[in-house]
Amino acid sequence: MKCRKCGGSAALELRRHNAAFCPPHFIEFFRKQVADAVHRYRMFSREEIIMVAVSGGKDSLALWDVLIEDGYRTAGLYLDLGIFDYSKESRAKCEAFAAARGQTLHVERVADAVGAPIPVVQQATRRPTCSACGLSKRYLMNRAALEHGYTVVATGHNLDDEAATLFGSVMHWQTDALPRQSPALPSTHPKLVRRVKPLYRLSELETAAYAFLRGIDYIVEECPFAQGATSIAHKEVLNRLEEASPGSKHNFLFGFLDRARPAFERAEDVALQECASCGQVTTGAVCAFCKLADLVKRRTSGETP
Amino acid sequence: MKVILRNPRREIDVDGKRRVKELLGELGILPSTVLVIRDNELLTSDAVVGGDDVLEVRPVMSGGRDATP
Repeated sequence: MKCRKCGGSAALELRRHNAAFCPPHFIEFFRKQVADAVHRYRMFSREEIIMVAVSGGKDSLALWDVLIEDGYRTAGLYLDLGIFDYSKESRAKCEAFAAARGQTLHVERVADAVGAPIPVVQQATRRPTCSACGLSKRYLMNRAALEHGYTVVATGHNLDDEAATLFGSVMHWQTDALPRQSPALPSTHPKLVRRVKPLYRLSELETAAYAFLRGIDYIVEECPFAQGATSIAHKEVLNRLEEASPGSKHNFLFGFLDRARPAFERAEDVALQECASCGQVTTGAVCAFCKLADLVKRRTSGETP
Repeated sequence: MKVILRNPRREIDVDGKRRVKELLGELGILPSTVLVIRDNELLTSDAVVGGDDVLEVRPVMSGGRDATP
């Protein structure tokens, strides 16, 4: 297979683009896709310092690498979930990445905020692990950005993540979730930091290939709690569709963003206020994170069954 | 050739030459879900593998995400 740009030996075939690229031209393609995403959604400016939420996986470290290489000022945020050796290894990957590039890495322990590491939270609350973990991460990302004075948080969500989330929302007609599905969520409250997803135009295969070709040492092993997660099942369904019809995921997500999302956006009208317990932004009197932390505290102390 | 699979990590021996696409088909793996690596280089689906090759078939799927956007 030949590179579309130079005719050299290709390293990656992108069936949805009907193209293949050699390593240098794939890296060029990848960075251009990120630049287009940043420009299209006006995600951030060169004056800002971007807080990049990193997990040690391919997506977030690839994102951090692209932003550094493009000359943006960045800092990393690693959230230590306390998931046994998986967290130890992923933290080490992030620390090594940051040190090698002279970048600041902030580290927050979920256990310090919620009262217990994710495995204990899962046992104590009997919630799906990814749900409690996701809630904690969104909360802590926002809080850490505010505390350190960053105006924007960038996450490594890719095209597959976004298509799978959209698929899940549509499967259950979660019309309240649809307007929030966007590559860029603006700050709608002084205590709510802008959240952006500069990799939304790139597939998992592409982020993995970029990380590999750039020599990024990322954690390949899956999170031990990911097995059986609904989001994985949705990705598998979409992967089969993609195999039969390249571009399906792209069309599903981009069609939604361009044509369907605006209709749901108009329908959303949510009043934001500050949580009575922690002061972070919420739609109720007490935020979901404080409710979670309170439940964990009561269950782990044996107060409530 | 030796094929290294991940999650969980294991190794299998495969006899004969074939294209990457055929190998993945035999293993029941969709090509868009893995990187195929030989000698620290990525292989496309039309590459021929076999003999003394050592291949790593590395999954690209990130696992388990909260459904909230």
